Amino acid sequence: MNVGTGPRRAQQPPLPEPTAWHEVSLTVNGEPVAAQVESRLLLSDLLRQRLGLTGTHVGCEHGVCGACTVLMDGVPVRSCLTLAVQAAGADVRTVEGLAGDGEPLGPVQRAFHEQHGMQCGFCTPGFVMTCTALTGRAERPDEETVADELSGHLCRCTGYQNIRAAVRQALDESFGPQEAE
Amino acid sequence: MKPGPFDYIAPAALPEALRLLSDTERDGKVLAGGQSLIPMLNMRLARPELLVDITRIPELDRLGVDADGALRIGASVRQSTVAADPAVRAGWPLLAAAVERIGHPQIRNRGTVCGSLVHHDPAAELPAVALALDARFTVARAGGSRTVPAGDFFRGTFTTDVEPEEIVTEAVVPPLRAGTGWAFRELAQRRGDFAAVGLAVLLRADGAAVGSARLVYCGVGGTPVRVPEAEQALVGREFGAASRSDAARAVGAVLDPPGDVHASARWRREAAEVLLARALTEAWERTT
Amino acid sequence: MNTSQTGTRQTGTRQTGTRQTGTRQTGAPRTGASDTGAASGGRAADGPWIGRALPRVEDERLLRGHGRYVDDIRLPGTLEAAFLRSPHAHARITRIETDAARAMPGVRAVWTAADIAGLAPVVNEAELRVPEPLRRELDPLVRSLPHPLLADGRVRFSGQPVAMVVAESRYLAEDALEAIEVDYTPLPVVVDPDEALLPGAPLIEESWGDNLALEAATSVGDPDAAFAGAAVVIEEEFRAHRHVASPIETRAVQAAPGAYDGRLTVWSNTQTPHRLRDHLAQTLGTAAEAVHVVAVDVGGGFGQKGIIYVEEVLVPYAARQLGVPVLWREDRNENLTAASHAREQVHRIALAADADGTLRGLRDDFVVNFGAGTFTGLVVPYNSVVHLLGPYRVPNVDIRVRAALTHTAPTSPYRGAGRPEAVFAMERALDRLARELGMEPVALRARNLITPGELPYRTGLLDRSGNPQEYDSGDFPQLLRRAEEMADLPAVRERQAALAAAGSDHRIGVGFAVYLEATGLGPFESARASVLSDGRVRIALGTPSQGQGHRTSMAQIAADAIGVPFSAVEVVGGDTDTVPYGVGTIASRALVTAGNATHLAGRRLRERILAAASARLGVPATELTLDGDAVEHHPTGVRAGLAQLVAEGHELSETAHFHPPGFTFAGGAGVVVVDVDTATGEVTLDTCAMAHDAGRIVNPVIAHGQIAGGVAQGIAGALYEEMRYGPDGQPVTTTYMDYLVPTSAEVPDLELAEITTPSTLNALGVKGLGEGGAIAPQAAIANAVEDALAPFGVVVRRGPLTPDRVRGLLREATGTTAPATV
Repeated sequence: MNVGTGPRRAQQPPLPEPTAWHEVSLTVNGEPVAAQVESRLLLSDLLRQRLGLTGTHVGCEHGVCGACTVLMDGVPVRSCLTLAVQAAGADVRTVEGLAGDGEPLGPVQRAFHEQHGMQCGFCTPGFVMTCTALTGRAERPDEETVADELSGHLCRCTGYQNIRAAVRQALDESFGPQEAE
Repeated sequence: MKPGPFDYIAPAALPEALRLLSDTERDGKVLAGGQSLIPMLNMRLARPELLVDITRIPELDRLGVDADGALRIGASVRQSTVAADPAVRAGWPLLAAAVERIGHPQIRNRGTVCGSLVHHDPAAELPAVALALDARFTVARAGGSRTVPAGDFFRGTFTTDVEPEEIVTEAVVPPLRAGTGWAFRELAQRRGDFAAVGLAVLLRADGAAVGSARLVYCGVGGTPVRVPEAEQALVGREFGAASRSDAARAVGAVLDPPGDVHASARWRREAAEVLLARALTEAWERTT
Repeated sequence: MNTSQTGTRQTGTRQTGTRQTGTRQTGAPRTGASDTGAASGGRAADGPWIGRALPRVEDERLLRGHGRYVDDIRLPGTLEAAFLRSPHAHARITRIETDAARAMPGVRAVWTAADIAGLAPVVNEAELRVPEPLRRELDPLVRSLPHPLLADGRVRFSGQPVAMVVAESRYLAEDALEAIEVDYTPLPVVVDPDEALLPGAPLIEESWGDNLALEAATSVGDPDAAFAGAAVVIEEEFRAHRHVASPIETRAVQAAPGAYDGRLTVWSNTQTPHRLRDHLAQTLGTAAEAVHVVAVDVGGGFGQKGIIYVEEVLVPYAARQLGVPVLWREDRNENLTAASHAREQVHRIALAADADGTLRGLRDDFVVNFGAGTFTGLVVPYNSVVHLLGPYRVPNVDIRVRAALTHTAPTSPYRGAGRPEAVFAMERALDRLARELGMEPVALRARNLITPGELPYRTGLLDRSGNPQEYDSGDFPQLLRRAEEMADLPAVRERQAALAAAGSDHRIGVGFAVYLEATGLGPFESARASVLSDGRVRIALGTPSQGQGHRTSMAQIAADAIGVPFSAVEVVGGDTDTVPYGVGTIASRALVTAGNATHLAGRRLRERILAAASARLGVPATELTLDGDAVEHHPTGVRAGLAQLVAEGHELSETAHFHPPGFTFAGGAGVVVVDVDTATGEVTLDTCAMAHDAGRIVNPVIAHGQIAGGVAQGIAGALYEEMRYGPDGQPVTTTYMDYLVPTSAEVPDLELAEITTPSTLNALGVKGLGEGGAIAPQAAIANAVEDALAPFGVVVRRGPLTPDRVRGLLREATGTTAPATV
């Protein structure tokens, strides 16, 4: 098998589109991507429909539920409130980029599994991406920061308790156990 | 819930952006962080023909303190950048505190301070804070620019002094006098929601008395609402329960808030009084 | 083999053997290594798989982003549908013009009612059926209003589909919606269920002559005498407000006509795939087996996805007409306005009691708002009827329920399905009675709880199936005691008094709510257990999972039944090709019905495996043991691998059906301590605790997650969420900015205590627990807020208890306008 080495070419949009087109290049999960996008295409739809990265979910398309959260240049953002064309040049990470095929789950993913911080799994990738950014900080974020970040996501299944436990576990693993207050 | 069609251009320089916006053939709109605009696009409540993305214009991405000690926030500076900036946190803590109450971190990582101000949702935190801090805005158009003080900037719900062909290139926030106490409080049912009622307070002490006071609400009208009557009830008097309750009474008498799905007018008026009492105490403790 | 068995019903023996396994659960359930080591697939040397806190097998795929929810399955060439929805609550359509839309770029087709005149409207027949004994005994009125696939001449609620566009993308489909012209003549509107039942109210269905969709009445004993002779009578009106399930994954359906087999494959996030299959086959005029419905990876359902919607029929129809795959994924605005709503009921309830608090009688006359349709007939109204009495001894009862059509979105079951509403009315009424009697509310409850010695207990009502309602098992007094302990009632009363004495803005209050839940709805569920070519076992179920973790819990049941390792079992639910029929995952039934079907199928498969090995090895089956992936003859050490047996042509599969003999009763007691800021009206939960009993627990981690999730939804309804309409029938809370699903910041940790009284109605001893958590919180929180504000004379009659509403209650009760401002 000959594996291509050039930028990955997103599937051509299969439709006539009455608006301008743009050639955008960005990095998705470490891989260079070149895609032709219409102005109005949302980043969430670029990822899901053109690049096949359906782990990023869409729950409200007005920025409240957080299911579509991805990392853009290292920080969590709503991919439903970002135009694909705005992501030109950006480094985007999705849940698919956290652990490669054949690799074990990453620490954040493992924490959600071990703490039963998920049920239907639909909101989970968003939570996992926000938590990944938290564990990637230079120092352990304080409780207030963690609470603030988590409030940017809706979960309808768990009641949040186990999600908070999962985030604590992931932070403990990254920064060492939290000192008692 | 998908946007209708539009064109998109991301000019590299301000004059080009202004030229695009002055094109009367096309209904253009400025796009910065998009955290207010894109939900409206997705719901097709906004239908611009052209989006002019100003985030690729290097000069608009500046955040810093100028020679006069004023904070200058460029049009494309993200809210999270402002809230985390050490100089902002030290010199403009009211601003930092208010920015941290905008939406959620995931929103603030994209949203801009200037964008929120120009969008002017009457429930938003920043317009009230801009008014409290006597901020001013540099508004550019093809061939020139002007400066608009916050007091003249906010015209009505989702309406400011900015014309469609203009761009707010920066917000300028004068330095706070040393020793000024401040507080930002808001009531919202869920964390991260727009304030049902919010309040920015600046207080200066003159011994045991209040030397100066600035009280500005959000969520109680079409624009941020300053309440001079309540300020007057405080200034020159010893700070305490009596002046606080006089100020609260003035607020109750003056405010005429709207009722909506989140809260009735009556609750807003009551809550505004409660917030005032609580925020004044907090701000007073911060005076030195 | 396809056999059927009915569970044994132990009505002769009283079940009093409560095992107090209750572990006090604080913080997140732990899944220590000792529990989970076996998940790697070892033998169950240290006891059964049931009862272990195994982490879920479904997680890994989902955590890698490899879930396949309906919107993720986009076959090449898939077109997308979008719906034009009525902007009016009630109007006549005088003209629809679609030519311009049809000419838009990328648009493949546009349908209006005129284009689909031959297609039958949707009737959720299974849900509208009245069980024969109920019909005989109560003769309820149950009317059916068929839902037209697209509005035909008249729209009945804002959000009703008027036209369907199929285009090359959702973007283009929405562009085309804007080009459709519709002329409406607005008509009078009614949104309130009481008003809808008044003479002269605007009619939803003119041919009916009124808006009465359902009426049923039942009584026990001599209620008139009981009320006449009672020492105390209280009468109140309580309103359960409208809110919605709001799964984070909205509804979605994709349909693909099969190019090679001619079948229609439908991926839908339905909770009832077999019902959808049959409905589609009937509407589209094809054989049931020509339709293949797959409901895997569903992002939450909570009842909203448990009924058949018009969109679920129209999208497969479009795919068949166009010969290509068609996908529709509902957006949030559609979900909030056009997917089913729930909960809205108005109760006029009265209790009669002796001076010592002993309940003599209950009267309740309540109205359910059905919205503009009849999705589910008796399900919610009668569920409320049979859950009103709860765990209490009430000798004399008189209940009437009516359901009204209104110009609002149709309503259907939502987690709890009539139980939270009934419990809200009953538990609020009990607190009012306690206040009247000057009793501690918990003492009033304790006095009237049915004791374990009285079980099985007949209430005198008929259950949903029309059989005499009988509580099979439980220990209700213990549930209440555990809740009381967790609240530390004496300490709360002390703090409460101190705050009142200090005249603080902040007041605290405590509220209880005790409930029972009839679980394990019949008529049956199916499970097929098969050894695969690699020697692993597959369990195929009629019940899909929307996050309940069936792949784990059902595998635990199967592993025990068959005698193979947990890791050798895989579970498939929600694929109509894998079992011929199933009912679905609704009504807290999957664990009871599918779990016991799995158990039965597993036991039979075990026998079949041993018989096959016996024949193959030439030794008696009684000398064989199942050891991992092989059968071993211990005396000689000869083995026959399961894979080998299959490869040699042994049929190693069994299908079993479990027909529950009746409802098995789960129960719980919730308690909350609230802090009310009387100046702002803000309510904070200081303590949120629940003692629950769901029989034998298969997987504690999953079970506790279900309870916690249910409680969170109950809190949401109590304090935050309300689906509101204006008097013109316009929905007000149509986005997540206005419809306030709580975040992590609003939902506190749940303190959980568990007692276990195994069900006497099934071999596993399990009870359903999917809905239980959601039943008590609204009543408990309302009781607590009223308790906190009792010195002001506040009475809570409806939720959600927003700051605005709490301040309104205080103003109303005290007659003062000014808040405390110091």
